[in-house]
Amino acid sequence: MPAETMIAPGFSDPVFQSQAAFRALLAALSEPGTLQNVASEIAPPESLATATATALLTLADYETPVWLPEALRNGPAGAWLRFHCAAALVENPAEAAFAVINGLADEPKLSAFNLGTDQFPDRSTTVIVQVAGLEGGSVLTLAGPGILGSHNIAPRGLRSGFTDELRENGALYPLGVDVLLAHGEGLIGLPRSTQIEEAR
Amino acid sequence: MYVAVKGGEAAILATHDLVAEARRGDPAVPEISVAQIREQQALACARVMNEGSLYDQDLAALALKQSQGDVIEAAFLMRAYRTTLPRFGSSEPLDTATMAIRRRVSATYKDLPGGQVLGPTYDYTHRLFDFALMDEGGEAPPRKAPAPLDATMPRVPDILGAEGLMEAEEPPEGDPRPFDLTRDPVSFPADRDVRLQSMARGDEGFLLGLGYSVQRGFGGTHPFVGEVRVGEVAVEFVPEELGFAVDLGDVTLTECQMVNQFQGSKDVPPQFTRGYGLVFGHSERKAMSMSLVDRALKARDFGEATNYPAQQDEFVLYHADNVEAAGFVEHLKLPHYVDFQGELELIRRIRREREERLAQEQEAMPEAAE
Amino acid sequence: MTIHQMPADDTKPAYNYAYLDEQTKRMIRRALLKAVAVPGYQVPFGSREMPLARGWGTGGIQITAAIIGPTDTLKVIDQGADDTTNAVSIRKFFERTADARTCEATNEATIIQTRHRIPEAPLKPGQVMVYQVPMPEPLRRLEPREAETRKMHAWAEYGLMQVKLYEDIARYGEITKTYDYPVMVNDRYVMAPSPIPKFDNPKMHMSPSLQLFGAGREKRIYALPPYTSVRSLDFEDHPFRIQSWTQPCGLCGAGDSYLDEVVIDDQGGRMFVCSDSHYCETRRAEGHRGTMLGDAAASGLVEETTP
Repeated sequence: MPAETMIAPGFSDPVFQSQAAFRALLAALSEPGTLQNVASEIAPPESLATATATALLTLADYETPVWLPEALRNGPAGAWLRFHCAAALVENPAEAAFAVINGLADEPKLSAFNLGTDQFPDRSTTVIVQVAGLEGGSVLTLAGPGILGSHNIAPRGLRSGFTDELRENGALYPLGVDVLLAHGEGLIGLPRSTQIEEAR
Repeated sequence: MYVAVKGGEAAILATHDLVAEARRGDPAVPEISVAQIREQQALACARVMNEGSLYDQDLAALALKQSQGDVIEAAFLMRAYRTTLPRFGSSEPLDTATMAIRRRVSATYKDLPGGQVLGPTYDYTHRLFDFALMDEGGEAPPRKAPAPLDATMPRVPDILGAEGLMEAEEPPEGDPRPFDLTRDPVSFPADRDVRLQSMARGDEGFLLGLGYSVQRGFGGTHPFVGEVRVGEVAVEFVPEELGFAVDLGDVTLTECQMVNQFQGSKDVPPQFTRGYGLVFGHSERKAMSMSLVDRALKARDFGEATNYPAQQDEFVLYHADNVEAAGFVEHLKLPHYVDFQGELELIRRIRREREERLAQEQEAMPEAAE
Repeated sequence: MTIHQMPADDTKPAYNYAYLDEQTKRMIRRALLKAVAVPGYQVPFGSREMPLARGWGTGGIQITAAIIGPTDTLKVIDQGADDTTNAVSIRKFFERTADARTCEATNEATIIQTRHRIPEAPLKPGQVMVYQVPMPEPLRRLEPREAETRKMHAWAEYGLMQVKLYEDIARYGEITKTYDYPVMVNDRYVMAPSPIPKFDNPKMHMSPSLQLFGAGREKRIYALPPYTSVRSLDFEDHPFRIQSWTQPCGLCGAGDSYLDEVVIDDQGGRMFVCSDSHYCETRRAEGHRGTMLGDAAASGLVEETTP
C-alpha cells in the first residue's frame, strides 16, 4: 500500500484551528500546571495523542527539526509529520526543535535534548511527553512564573526519576528544555521556569 | 453626561484625501504614467528596486508615482508588498561572467580582453543644463545598433586570480543556503552573506558616506576599481517537478569589484583583497560604495583593527536600512505626551526641591552670601 | 519578469487572515512560547516588513496578528487613549484584515494592544496585553553593541545598570528615569517595560494577565507570564517611587490615575486629565465630576450629551 494512503488528514481549517490550538499552547506554557484542551477535531496518526499531533501541526514546519522515537519516526507518525509539516526528522535529540517522547520509555533523558546556550536560551528543544493520563497519578507541586502560589498536578505514566530530570532541567535555568505533558486532547505545560516538588 | 470629542478617524481619512490631491498636483498638467516613469526615470526605479529588495520595474515605477517621487517611501511600498508574496523557491546562482555587457570599465589595466566599454554614463557629461529638455515633443535620439562586443569579457579579479594574486573566495564549508535577512533575525558578528544582503538593500546615501569615509582614512584601505560592469544576466530556476533549469528572464545588474591593498603573512604570500558590490539596475555609485564598505567590513577576517564605523558590522548593518531608520526617526512625530508628562513632573519637582534646599542653605549661612 | 500578482479591486482576499501568512505566524508563535518560558529574556524573531512604518507598532501588530482569533475582542490604545491617531489606525488594520471585534472597554477586551500605557482598570486573568516596544534592550543606552549586551544578559552582569542609576542619584538626588524604567523579572533578567511611565510599573508585578512585548524593528519578542515577579530597580536608601500630582483629573476627579497636562491658554493655564480615556469616561458616566468639566465642554474637549 503506498504511504500516502496511510496518512491521516491534518487540519481541515488550518488558519483557525492552528490559532485556537496555539492559544491553548500559550496558556499551557504561561500558566504551568493548568490543564488545556486542544479540541482541534483531527484524527492523529497511530502513536500520537490528539494533543501531540495538534501541537506539531500548529508549530512545526521545514524550519524546525523534530525528534521522534525510532519506531514512530519510521512509522505512520513520521510519514504524517513529513507530509503535513515538511519537518525534517532527526536522529540526534540535540538537533531537535520539537521532540515527542513516551513518558514510560527510558531514553532519551531530557538532558539529551538541546538545552539552549547562555546567549540564546530560546534555542532549546520543546519536549512533548506522552503520558497515560493527566490526572490520578502521584501529586507534583508546582511554583514559579505563571502560578499564583502553588499548583498541584498528578500525571500518570512517567518513568521513575522523571521528576528528578525535571528538577535538574529547572536548575539549569535560564537554559533547559520546555516540557508539555500530553494525553488525549489535554496538555499541561512545564516550562523550565517551573519549580517542581513531589508532594508528601 | 460628557463624552470625549473623537476626531481621530475622520482626521486620518482626511489626510488620505489630501495626499491624493498633493500627489496629483495641478490638474491642468497631464498625469504622469507608470510607463513614463519606468522608461524615463529608470535610475530612480533602480534605486527603488534595490532598497525595496524587489526586481520589478513596473512596480518600482508605480511606487514612485504613488509616493510622489519619495524614494524611501517608494522602497517601503515595495518591501511591504514583497513580504506578502509566496515563495516558489530560489533561483540558481547568477553568473555575472556571462553578462550581456552594456558598460564595463577597469581602472587597473589600460587594456584587457574585451576592452573598455564606456556605454551609457554621465561620467564625461558637463553638468550644464540642457534647456532643450524643458520642452516636450523633441525627437527621440536615434537608436543605434550597439557595436558588437567581444564574446569573452573576463572579470578582472578572475584575471588576477588566475595569477594567484587575488584573495580566493571559497563558499563556506558545505556551500550552505545563504542567510535570508528578510526571514531570520541577524546576530553578530554577521557573516559575509548577511553583510552583502544588508548592503544590497541598504541606503545608497548611507553607504556612499561610509565608503567615502574609508577613502578619507576612517578605514584605511587603498582601493582600485578592478572592474565595474553593467548589463543583463539570465535568471534560471530549477522547478522541483522538472529537475532542470528554466530561464525566467533577464535582470539588469551592476557589479563592482574593488581591488584593495594586498595582505600577507609568514604563511600566506601577499595577495590583493577584494571588495564586492552587486545591485539591481544601472547603479554604479551604489555598487562602488557597497564594495568599499564590503572590504572595510572584512577587517576582522584579516586581523585588522576595527576602529572605524565602516569596519563595524553592527554599526553598518543596523543603520543602513533606510526603511527601518526612516520609520524610527519619523515615529518621533507620534504622540509622546505620556512620557513627556513624566519628564515635566520630574524636572519641576527637582527644580522646586533644589530651590528649597538653596533657600534653606542661605538661611542657615547668611554670611556665605556676602 | 512581469508575473505580477496584482491585487483585485477588493484587496481583502489577497491577504491572509490577520495579514501574516501562516508560516510567519508559526515562527512568531514559536518565539512567543519560548518567551513565556524564559520571562524577560528577549527572543530574536524574523520580524516581517509590515505595511505600517517601523517604530509605529509593527512588533505589537505582529504579535496581535499571531494570536488573534474570531473569539477575541481587541482594544488598541496609544498614550492610554483609544482615539489617538495611531491607535485608530492599528484598530482599523485589524478590523480590515482580521474582521476583528473591537472595543474601548478595558474589561471587555481579550487582547489589549498598547503603546506607552497600561490601563487604569485592573487587568483580569485571561486577558493578554500586547506592548509595542521601540527599544527592547534595557542596556542599550549604556552599551550600544548588541554583541556585548547579549553577553551581559547571558551572565546576568547588571553592574553597569546599577552604576548608571546610582550616578543619577549622585547628581540629582534621585533616579531620573521617568518612563521605560528598567525592571528585574523573576530575579533573573533586566527588562525594558517599553516606554510606559514608571507610574505603570507596579501594575506589571504579579499581574493576572499575560503580557507580551513586540519590537518589530529590533526583531525581539519577550513576555511576562501571569503572576510573575517584576521589580523596578532601586536602592535600599532610594526606593522606587511613582509620579504623583497635586490635583485630581479635571474631568472626572480621579486621584489615582496617570494625568496628561493640557495647555488651555497662553497665560500659563493648565488642566490635568486622565490619560486613560476609557477610565475617565467610565467615571464620568458614573457621575464623577471634575472641577473643570464645564470649562472642558466650553473649549470643545468633551461634549455634553443627553443620556
